[in-house]
Amino acid sequence: MGTTYFIGGIHPPENKITAGCPIETFPVPAKVLLPLSQHIGAPCEALVKAGDMVEVGQKIAQGRGYVSAPVHASVSGQVKSIEPYLHPIGRQVSSIVIETDTNQPQEWANSAIPLLKLLSKDTAALRDQVQDAGIVGLGGATFPTHVKLNPPVAKPVDTLLINGAECEPYLTADHRMMMEHPQELVSGIQLLAHILGISQAYIGIEENKPDAIAALREAATKIEAKGLTINVVKLRVRYPQGSEKHLIQTILDRQVPPPPGLPMDVGVVVQNVGTVYAVYEALSLGKPLIERTVTVTGSGVRQPKNLKVRLGTQVSELLDFCDWDSEGAGKIILGGPMMGMAQYTPQLPVIKGTSGVLVQTRAEVNTAGYRDCVRCGKCVEVCPMFLMPQTLSIYAERGMFKEAEEYGLTDCILCGCCSYVCPAKRPIVQMVGLLRSLKAAAKAKG
Amino acid sequence: MVKKMPETKELKLFVSSSDTAIPKIMYEVLLALLPATLMGIYFFGLGTLKVIGLSIAGAMLSEALIQKIRRQDIMVTDGSAAITGLLLALTLPSNSPWWMVCVGAVAAIVLGKQLYGGLGWNPFNPALVGRVVLLISWPVQMTAWPKPTPLFSHAIDAVTAATPLGILKMEKAAAIVNISRIDLLLGYRGGSLGEVSILAIILGGLYLLFRGHITWHIPGSYLLTVALFTGVFRLISPAEYASPLFHLLTGGLMLGAFFMATDYVTSPVTRKGQLVFGFGCGLLTGVIRLFGNYPEGVSFAILLMNSVTPLIDKYIRPTTFGKKQPE
Repeated sequence: MGTTYFIGGIHPPENKITAGCPIETFPVPAKVLLPLSQHIGAPCEALVKAGDMVEVGQKIAQGRGYVSAPVHASVSGQVKSIEPYLHPIGRQVSSIVIETDTNQPQEWANSAIPLLKLLSKDTAALRDQVQDAGIVGLGGATFPTHVKLNPPVAKPVDTLLINGAECEPYLTADHRMMMEHPQELVSGIQLLAHILGISQAYIGIEENKPDAIAALREAATKIEAKGLTINVVKLRVRYPQGSEKHLIQTILDRQVPPPPGLPMDVGVVVQNVGTVYAVYEALSLGKPLIERTVTVTGSGVRQPKNLKVRLGTQVSELLDFCDWDSEGAGKIILGGPMMGMAQYTPQLPVIKGTSGVLVQTRAEVNTAGYRDCVRCGKCVEVCPMFLMPQTLSIYAERGMFKEAEEYGLTDCILCGCCSYVCPAKRPIVQMVGLLRSLKAAAKAKG
Repeated sequence: MVKKMPETKELKLFVSSSDTAIPKIMYEVLLALLPATLMGIYFFGLGTLKVIGLSIAGAMLSEALIQKIRRQDIMVTDGSAAITGLLLALTLPSNSPWWMVCVGAVAAIVLGKQLYGGLGWNPFNPALVGRVVLLISWPVQMTAWPKPTPLFSHAIDAVTAATPLGILKMEKAAAIVNISRIDLLLGYRGGSLGEVSILAIILGGLYLLFRGHITWHIPGSYLLTVALFTGVFRLISPAEYASPLFHLLTGGLMLGAFFMATDYVTSPVTRKGQLVFGFGCGLLTGVIRLFGNYPEGVSFAILLMNSVTPLIDKYIRPTTFGKKQPE
C-alpha cells in the first residue's frame, strides 16, 4: 500500500530535532506527584493514606466507574500527603505525593511470558489485566484502553489501527519507540488483536520516519498469531494525520460519524504506539503503567532528549536534566506545539497523557494581539473536519453557544490548523476550546 | 520543594502560527497593483499622480481619524486603507477634480468600511462604494474620459475620448471593428486610469495567484461567465453584439475580477461559494453591459454580489467530516 491522503490539514515545520536521540532512562526522582485523574472518565479514589509505605507498581488509587483507570505507585516510598496540586489541564487535582526510598527494589521479572502462551489465554482475563494495569491512550487523549478493547456486541470491530503517525511537530517519542522496540510492538499488536478477536491490523507511520517503517515491516514478518495480518502503511507527512478519524479515513477509507460517533461505529479500534507498548509490558511482564516516553525539546532546551520517565516526575526536573534556558523560555507546552497545553509553570507532574515537553524561547512566542477576521477563507480550506472555523470562532468569541453548535462546536477536533494559517492571528482553536470548556462547566452545574 | 501555584487570574491566549499576516498580504496586493498603476501614469500623464496620491491619502487619513474617534488602535499602516484608496483612484477618470477624489476616498472608508466596524465587517467593497457614490453624484465628470496621451509623446492634453464600451453602447458592434486588440491589451484607450492596461492587470493578478493570496475560483468563474454570456449573444447576432474577447479586454472587468471581486471580506469563504459568486458577478456584468443603460456593469455587479455573500456563506457550506457516509 502506498501513500494515501486526507483532505485539508497543513504542513508546519517538522522540527523533529530529537529523532536521532535514543530513549534515555530518567533517574528515579526524589518525589513523585500522582494526580487521581490521569484519564478521561471518573476520577480515582485513593487506596492509601498519608504515612503508608508503598511499593513500586502497587495500586494506590482505583476508579469507581467502568470508564476509569487505576493509578499505581511509580516509585517505592512513603505517601507524604494526598492534596490538590496543579495538574496539566490547568486545574488543581487531588494528588498522591510519594517520597522515594533510597532502596528501590528490582521491579519485575526480566523474562517475559512467551507470546504463544499469552495468545492461548482467555481474552476477558487479558482485558481485565489491561484494565488493572491502568493503561490509557498514551497519545494524549488518555481514554481508558480496556473500554476500547470491549466493543459492544452491536458494534463489531474488524480492524485494529496502530497510530504511529506522530504528526505533531517536535515530538519523537513514538518514533523512537518504533525504532527501538519493533518486536515488542508487534507482540503487543498480536495481543490486542487476540483480545479483539480480529484478523487485520495496520500500522500507520508518516513517511518522514523511514527507519521506523523499515523496522516495523521487518518485525511484522514474524507473526506468531494465527490468521493475523499486519500491514505497515506509509502516510504522507501532513498534520493532523495522527487524528484518529483521519487515520481511519486515510488507511481504510471509512468516515467516523460526528460525535458521539466513535471509531468502533465503523468497525475500528485505534491505539497509539506507546499504548501498544504499555499493553505488551502489562501482559507479558505484569508491569502496570508507571512510566512513559516523553520528548523534551524545543529551542529553549540546550540538550533535547527522549526520556523514559516515571509518572509523577516534576516537569521542572526533566527540564533541568535537559539543560533548559529558564531565563529565555517564553512558553512551556505539555504535548506538541499544535495540540499541547501551554503551562505557566514547570512545577507540575508528568502524567499518563504527557507525550512531550516543548520549550519555546521568548523570541518564538507571538504575544501580539489578534485582529478581527477578514474572511480570507484559509481556515475553511485547511480544516480537516470541513467546518467553517472563521464563523465558529466569531460565535465562540461572543459565547454564542447555539450558533457555535450549529457551526460544529462539538465536531471540531481542536487540531489548530485554523489558528496556524490565520493571517489575523486569531486564536480560533483556543476560542473554540474555551467555549467547549464553558459549555461543559455549564452542563456540570446543571 | 513542590510548590502549589496560585490559580491564574488572567486567561491569556497565545497563538503561534505561520508568518503570513494581514499587513504582509496587503502590501503584496499593493505591489500587484503597481504595474496597472504605472501604465495608468504612462498613458494619462503625471497628473494622475495627483488623483492617486489624494485618493490614498484621503482613505488613510479618514481611516486613522475614525479609529481615533472610536478609541481604537490606529492600524492605518496595515495597508488596507491604502489599497482602498489606490483601487478607487484606479477606477476614476485620470483628470478627476481633486475635491471629487477626496469625497470618493472619504465615502469609501467612512460609508463603505468604518461605519460597519472596520476591516472585516464591511459587506461591500469599500473602493466600489466610493466609486458608485461619485458615479451617481457626478455622472458627467465620472464619464468624461481623457484620451490617452502617453508620456513624452507631446500630444495635446485634455481631449476626451469615449471608452470602447461606450462606443459599443452608442453605435453597436460595427463601430468597434477598428479598435485594435493590441491597443486594448496594452491600454491605449479611453477609460479609468488603472483599468486600461489589461496586460498589467493580469500580471498583477497572476502574482497574487502565484503567492496564494487569491485563488482562481472568483476571477476564473467571473471571466468565464462573461465570456460565455457575451459569446452566446455574439452567436445569435454578430452585427449587434461584440465578441467575448472584446468584452474581456474592455472596461473594468479585469481589474474587478482580479482585485475587487476577490476582496476577502466581501466575498464568500468557501471555494464553492466563490464559484457561485464569480458566476453571479459575470452574469450581472454581462446583463448590464448588454441590456443596461450603463455601458459598464462591473462595479454594480460586484456590489450586488457582495450583498448576496452572506446568503451564499449561509447556504453553501462544506459537509462536516463524517456527516455523509461514503457509498
